[in-house]
Amino acid sequence: MKILVCIKQVPDMESRFKPDSTGVWFSEADLAFRMNEYDEYAVEQAVRLKEQLGGEPELTVLSVGPDRVVEAIKKALAMGCDRGVHVQDPSAHLKDPWQIASAICAYARKQQYDVIFTGFQSQDRGSCQVGVSVAEILDYSCATTIVGFEYADGMVTVKRELEGGVKGIVQLKTPALVTCQLGLNVPRYPTLPNIMKAKKKEIEVVAVGDLLHEESRAATTSFYAPAKKGSGIVLEGDVADQVDKLIGILKEKTAVLR
Amino acid sequence: MKVLLVAESREGKFLEYSYELFGFAEQLGAETAMLLVGREDELPSYGGTLYFADSGTVGEYNPDLHKKLVVAAVEREKPDYVVFSHSSYGWDLAPRVAAALSAAQLSEVIGVAEGAFELPCCSQKMRRTVKPATAVAVLTLQSGAFQGKRPGGTAQLQRLEGDDGDKVKFVRYEAAEARDIDLAKAEVIVSAGRGIGKADNVPVIAALAKALGGQLGASRPVVDSGWVEHSHQVGTTGQTVSPKLYIACGISGAIQHLAGMKKSGFIVAINKDKDAPINEVADVLVVADVMQFVPALTAKLAK
Repeated sequence: MKILVCIKQVPDMESRFKPDSTGVWFSEADLAFRMNEYDEYAVEQAVRLKEQLGGEPELTVLSVGPDRVVEAIKKALAMGCDRGVHVQDPSAHLKDPWQIASAICAYARKQQYDVIFTGFQSQDRGSCQVGVSVAEILDYSCATTIVGFEYADGMVTVKRELEGGVKGIVQLKTPALVTCQLGLNVPRYPTLPNIMKAKKKEIEVVAVGDLLHEESRAATTSFYAPAKKGSGIVLEGDVADQVDKLIGILKEKTAVLR
Repeated sequence: MKVLLVAESREGKFLEYSYELFGFAEQLGAETAMLLVGREDELPSYGGTLYFADSGTVGEYNPDLHKKLVVAAVEREKPDYVVFSHSSYGWDLAPRVAAALSAAQLSEVIGVAEGAFELPCCSQKMRRTVKPATAVAVLTLQSGAFQGKRPGGTAQLQRLEGDDGDKVKFVRYEAAEARDIDLAKAEVIVSAGRGIGKADNVPVIAALAKALGGQLGASRPVVDSGWVEHSHQVGTTGQTVSPKLYIACGISGAIQHLAGMKKSGFIVAINKDKDAPINEVADVLVVADVMQFVPALTAKLAK
């Protein structure tokens, strides 16, 4: 069996974002990057599937992006993936989800993976498209937003998160792709011995130009901060002073404090 | 301009939020047609063309089948845009339809610009404008971004049929977990978010809730991490609340959380990040470390 997990490296979402010189995406200056949160659940589930099958499956982690994404690949290797694939693309941020999916498929098609895991969405783009598009291009069965995963005898059974706390149980024939929602599992922290072991694991580098021959279908024309509504009161400074001001406001504006 | 709106039903019941699709069409000034896989005794209040397949016959959501039905309606209707809600149905089906049509897809549209659309990014902190480069484009709309509209009238049905693909098989639904706490009745809710740092800090937030005679709420990451039970979760996958006072402690404000609490009477956000999306709905933003500010507030209230 062969398993693939696709991950993205994204900025810390607590950062302040400013447009870069192209004006269509953020400047990377002063940003710290990490593995997309949803993808951590995807990696964990992929490693658990490998473990369930006695370690037999080969588990590959793939990421598209500039050289910095190797750090995210290394984390996935330390969590238990066997080998890494870095689809090197310094301008991945200018590609649309269809192009990213096409590049992944150009690599994945030859490998004939049985199960592919991705995050439900990226924290920066949030398109929720790449995973499903990969499944469509490869003609895999696919389920999104999973919060439960089981594998037995070539069948995948997942629990999809629907609205209002309802879940949908769905069965997929393999080859299958699933997109992972927060809470699917508890992603492990890489241990020091595993971080050391990961350093010896292979990371194959493939230039995106060797994989991607699709034109973009949508173009970002601007990137900006939303207009501030400006109605809220902002309290800054000394904590004791903030407490007094807030209590004053609550007494005046709500019936909760008297 | 013409749009094909893809409405939703679950277990035969028409889902109300599908009416937001009409609000979008109105803002775009577009002619409409709708598609629904649902039940004939649960049709939308709409007098236009409704491409319809009976869920009693074809069953609950099957992605390959629904993709074929939408593509069949697109071929007949030739719309400029195929529009879904950004829901568990829309984000699952839209990329499949886009792939089948070789069409651009734009996800979670919140606004309309000249020939382009406004989308959120960076966990709702930023915006971008995106322009499709294909003749037909597939869109999903953020929940609540467009007003629900009921056009009224009786739909003219165009029946669709299709074969059930067998790659993905629906098994059953699992009902929402029973709640031991009904947050909907609380007058005050003090909610803990990831910004509280660790599970050990939950009692500090609970103490403020108690001091105000309210209930403890929580954001999704805090529940997923097992710090607080799911019955306390506020948001689209938890409870929707509207207390007189809502205090968000260390909550950045994911759209799913905001949708669950933005109708609260008065909202206080305590957060170090001045750009966090929660600030958009807050009446008061306290820029502070939650673990310094909350104990100080609780202590002062106790006096």
